[in-house]
Parts: sequence; C-alpha cells; structure tokens
Amino acid sequence: MDLLTAEHVTKRYAGHTALDDVSLAIPRGSVYGLLGPNGAGKTTLIRIINRITAPDSGRVFFGGREIRSEDVFRIGYLPEERGLYKKMKVGEQALFFARLKGLSRRDATVRLKAWFEKFGIESWWDKKVEELSKGMAQKVQFIVTVLHEPELLIFDEPFSGFDPINANLLKDEILALRDKGATVIFSTHNMSSVEEICDHITLIDKSHNILSGRVDDIRRRHGSNIFEVAYRGEETALRQVLADRCEILEGDAEESACRTLRLRVGRDDEVRGVVAAVNDAVELRSFREVIPSMNDIFIRAVNGTL
Amino acid sequence: MSNVSLIIGREFNERVRKKSFIITTLLMPVLMIGLMVAPALIMQFSRGDEKRIAVVDESGLVGPRLQDRDELSFESADLPLDEARRELTDRFGVLFIGADILTNPAAVRLYANSSSSLSVESNITGQIEQILETEKLKGYHIENLSQILDEVKTSVTMQTFRNDKSQEEDSQAQSSVVATVLGYLLGFVLYMFLLIYGSMVMQSVIEEKNSRVLEVMVSSVRPFDLMLGKILGVALVAVIQIVAWGVLICGVGGAVLPSLMPSDVMAGAEALQAGMPDAAAASGLDPEMLSAVAAMTDMGYVVKIFVCLLFFVFGGYLLYSAMFAAVGSAVDNVQDASQLQLPVTLPIILALLAMMAVIKDPDSSLAFWCSIVPFTSPVVMMARIPYGIPGWEIVLSLAVLYASFVGMVWLAGKIYRVGIFMYGKKPSFGELFKWMRYKY
Repeated sequence: MDLLTAEHVTKRYAGHTALDDVSLAIPRGSVYGLLGPNGAGKTTLIRIINRITAPDSGRVFFGGREIRSEDVFRIGYLPEERGLYKKMKVGEQALFFARLKGLSRRDATVRLKAWFEKFGIESWWDKKVEELSKGMAQKVQFIVTVLHEPELLIFDEPFSGFDPINANLLKDEILALRDKGATVIFSTHNMSSVEEICDHITLIDKSHNILSGRVDDIRRRHGSNIFEVAYRGEETALRQVLADRCEILEGDAEESACRTLRLRVGRDDEVRGVVAAVNDAVELRSFREVIPSMNDIFIRAVNGTL
Repeated sequence: MSNVSLIIGREFNERVRKKSFIITTLLMPVLMIGLMVAPALIMQFSRGDEKRIAVVDESGLVGPRLQDRDELSFESADLPLDEARRELTDRFGVLFIGADILTNPAAVRLYANSSSSLSVESNITGQIEQILETEKLKGYHIENLSQILDEVKTSVTMQTFRNDKSQEEDSQAQSSVVATVLGYLLGFVLYMFLLIYGSMVMQSVIEEKNSRVLEVMVSSVRPFDLMLGKILGVALVAVIQIVAWGVLICGVGGAVLPSLMPSDVMAGAEALQAGMPDAAAASGLDPEMLSAVAAMTDMGYVVKIFVCLLFFVFGGYLLYSAMFAAVGSAVDNVQDASQLQLPVTLPIILALLAMMAVIKDPDSSLAFWCSIVPFTSPVVMMARIPYGIPGWEIVLSLAVLYASFVGMVWLAGKIYRVGIFMYGKKPSFGELFKWMRYKY
C-alpha cells in the first residue's frame, strides 16, 4: 500500500519547467530515495509534497486521498539548507518548532528530553544556537524534524556536514524510525548511502522521472552480464576454454593462491556452459555476477547510456 | 491561527527580553524630558567670556550711556580712532561713533579683533537706537519726558482659547506654543516608530531568509501566516513600548512634576485648568510656561494624546511594516535592500516634510488631505492632534489607514511567498510586480 503517490505532476516557473509529468508511488514503510543531479527538480517535488507550493497540474495523494494542508502535521521535513534562529536557546527553539507542528508544550518537553538524552546533548538545552558547531546544530535540527513522530519523513541530504560516527548514528535512527512504521523520503547525491538504506528509488533528471523501482531490481536489471571467477590453476588454460564462449575482460595477473578473471557472457542461457567449462579447466573457488553500483547506474542514466 | 499566535509569541519574546529594549523603554522618556529642558539649560550656561569693547565717541552723546549688558562691557577710550585700532588689540573690538551721529545714523562702525556675532551686533545697535531716540525726543523739549516714557511703555501678553461649540466644556487656555512643540514631538515619534520598527521587520525577514530558517518554517506554517505573525509580534513590542512611555510620562506629569514645581506655578497652572485665566494671569508668571505645565499635568489631555498615539503608531506601523516585509523577502542581504526600500522610506520622509508644513497651518486643506491619505496620515495627523482636531476626522483617518493595511498586507503577502524562495539575483521592481500575479 502506498502512503504517497504523485500523478502527472507538472510545475512551471517563468522561463523553465521544474517538473514535467512526474509520477511516483512511495510504499508505506519504505525508505524511498529521491535521486537526481542538481537542479533536476527534486526540491520542487519536495516542496509540492510539503504544500509549500502547488503543482500547475497533476495531483498528489497522501494516505489514499488528495493531500490537504493539515497533512503537514503528519510530515517531517529536514531541508538541505538548514537553519535555526541563532539567538534563540536550543531547548526553547526546539519547543517552538515542536509546537508549530501541533504538539502540546508538555508532550513536546517530554519527547525532547528523551531525544536529547538519546543523543547525549542534554547540556545544550540552555545554550544559544550560535554557540553550537554546524554538526551540533544539525543534530538539533534532526530531532526537531522527527519529534512529532510523523508518518512521512523527508530528509534532504541528511548526512552532509556529519562526521562518519554521527552519520552512522543518524542512519541507525532513520532505519529505527522506519522500523517503527514511518515512511522516509531520502533525497541525496550520495549513492553509497542509497545502497545502504534505500528500498526504492526514483531518479529525476531534467524535470523528468527517468528511473523508478526497487533498488535490488534496478541494480539487477542493469547488470550487464558481467561475472567474476575466482579460481586456482593455470590462467592460460582457463583463457583457452573460455575464448570462444564469452568475452574476457580483465584478470589480475598477480601470482597468488587465488586469482580472479572478469567475463562478459553474451546471453543468460550461456552461463551454465561457461561455469561447466571453467570447472573443467581450473579449480573453481567462486563464480558471481557483478551487479553495478547505484553510482554507475546514476551516472549512466543521467548521461543517457543506460 | 494557533500557529500565528506562536509566531507572535516568539517574535515578541525575542525582542522584549533584550537588554537594549528594556533600557530604551526606561530611558527614552527621561531623554525626551531632558531634550525639552536642555535648550533652557544650555542658554543658562552658555554665557561666553566677557567681551570688552573700547568706545571712541566723537559725538560724546552715546558713549557714556552705553550699558554693560549680557557679556558685553563698554569703556570709553580717549584715543583717536587710528591709534585705538592699533593699540587696543586685546579688546574684543573698537566701536566708533561719528560726531554727526544724530543726523547720520550710519556713522557707527565696529572694528572687531575677533569674529563678531549677530547677538553682539544687535545688542549694540539696539542700545544706540534707544539712546538716539531718547536724545531726539529731548529735542522737542517736552516736560516730564522720562515720566511719560515710563508710563507709555507697554507689554502685551495674549492668551488664546479654543472656541468649543459646547460651552460647558471648560474653555481651557490653549497655548499654540505648547501645541506646536507637542505636535512636532509627536510627529517625530511617529516618524521614528515607522522607520525603526518597519526596518526591524525587514531585517528580521532578511535574517530568517539568510539563515534558512524559513525553509524549516514554511513546512509547518503558511508563508502568509509567518509574515503576519512577524508583523504583529513586532507591533506588540511597539505597543508595549508606547504604553510604558505613556505610563512613565503620565506618572511624571501627574505625580512628580506637581511636587517639584514651585507652588505659585502649580497654582497658576491649576487656575488655567479650572478655566480661570484671569487668576492665572494675575500671578505674573510667564503664561506660556503656565500653560505648558497645565498641559503636562492635565491627565485627560495627556491620556487622550497617548490613546491617539497608540492607534496611529499601530496602524501606520502595520501599513509600512507590510511593505518592509515584502522588500525584505525579495533580497538576500541588507545592502541589497537599500534600493528596493526607496518606495517605502520615501513616503515616510514625505510625511515628515508635510508635517513640518502642516504644523504652521493645522487647519489647511493640505493638512486635511495629508491626514487622510494613509501613507502620510499617521505622522501628519499625530502632529495636528495637540491643536484639537474634530473627532470625525480622526476616525476617518484611522479607518482609511486600517483598511489600506489590509490591502497592503495582502499584496505584500504575495510578494513575500515568492520572494522567500528566491536567492541570488536582486529582483527589479518589474519582477516584484510580476510576483504579485504568480499563482500558488
């Protein structure tokens, strides 16, 4: 069941089209990657979901019915450009944002205390934001975003500005929120984090949705039948038997106990034959398909060579 | 609506808790009163050094009768003019009076060793004129001349009364000097409030845009609510400040001033308030000062002015801050704002200029129209109120002002919601107009 669907959403600004007939469906309980190069239209789409702007045409459905302005209370949004009131104290400010999202002062205080404890930042409560470092302020901002326990969380580049330790902490929290039932939209350029935490993705380029689906499916679908063989034995013997069965790409020439060789097999039904031939020629240790990284797919998709 | 009140609360708290706000609120009335007293004090203490003037009098008529007055002192020099000019360089100057001074009033020259001043010159010519007049009168050989002159000397003091239609109301003595000073003061207060609080809103919008807090805010608040909340939050600060000033000044006027003033001054002022100008005049005190004290200690008058001030500051501020907010939303930093700000600050300055013209003739048609047109009305109307303005004019002016605020905030909101997401290029006026027509 999809929590949020967009149907044929188009948004034009004077002079350029930010989104052109974009449709997508975000399954409930998933971590959904919204990918695309700079200026592709991701932020516009997020703003439409947040009801900051309205689309020129097309519709957005939230929880099965057309999205309404009250729905913003069920959404938590962490924008890429983050900001807090510099002169305000951390605790006071977090309370202010929580109450804007509809929490009562009491609820907000209880939840904030819990989160501050979890992140080990209780001592910041009475500090002014301008006294915090950028990373520290980002933590506060993250708490503010998720505090009202929204059904839909939208993170725009959540890991930028974090050291690896804190980035991991944040990643674990995001996954924990998903496990508790939240749906997460995750907009980023950082492809390795996409592979780690996204279930689904949509790739937007030049205001169009050019690629959508489950991460596993996409990677498998765009595998180009490249396999890696690990073996013990004579390389020449192996090359000999494989010469007329498939294309040999490269191998490591290093003399070691276990060597590898990369092959491209022409058709799927030839794989079994290749495996049999390898097995005959050398001692086969492993044979696996090389699945392209999201990074490769991203670059190839954007360059139109997918 | 609850979000608007949250934003109002935040804006209000942020400003009211500042030390600078508390200090200005407490000190401003003291400063204002000080500003009114200061000119008198400066006059008191600005006596310059004694200026000694040597007099070379060829007629022998004027020299002996010149009196030392203010900082001037005269001494006759028994030297020819050339010598006196050469020798007596340590004096302020040498005054030469020709032998034919009675027939030729131009035969007076002052050779100043240092720069002369208008007050010195008018002092000297004034004395000489009087001496010559008396001398000429003597030429007619009138008996008891000096006695006649003393009796003829008259000094007129006039008191002006407001001719109210309802005669029951006490026909309080109305000093036009007090009204003028008060009018100027109130006009300036309005001008300052519009400019200071208006640009406070603008700066705050720019700051929010710069720190990208806006991005976070707009995901939970409509941009229009955000703008309205900010405008109203700052308005509340202005209102609190005026109320605090009002209470302080009323307190000083009602409690402190009467006990500080000499009892005969207070008695005169009370006589004025009670509608007994003759009794006040009989006290022999300066009637202008009496009516100033009377006005300051008349609670009804002071309260009425503060209530009007509150309404006009609030309305005028709302109108201008909406425009300031729109300008702030369109730019990235304060430097860029200066050009776009022009159409907002120009009317305020225009209002100030109009006020200065109006205050000389508060019942002219210029005065009327300037106090109805919303852009000038807060400043101009406030400057006219001390003169006593018909109630319907004040009500009409306020109605027009508040109605135009509603229109202005609607337009400003349209610019604002486009502007807050525009970074980089500074927009032109044409673009601002285009933004008003954007559909959201």
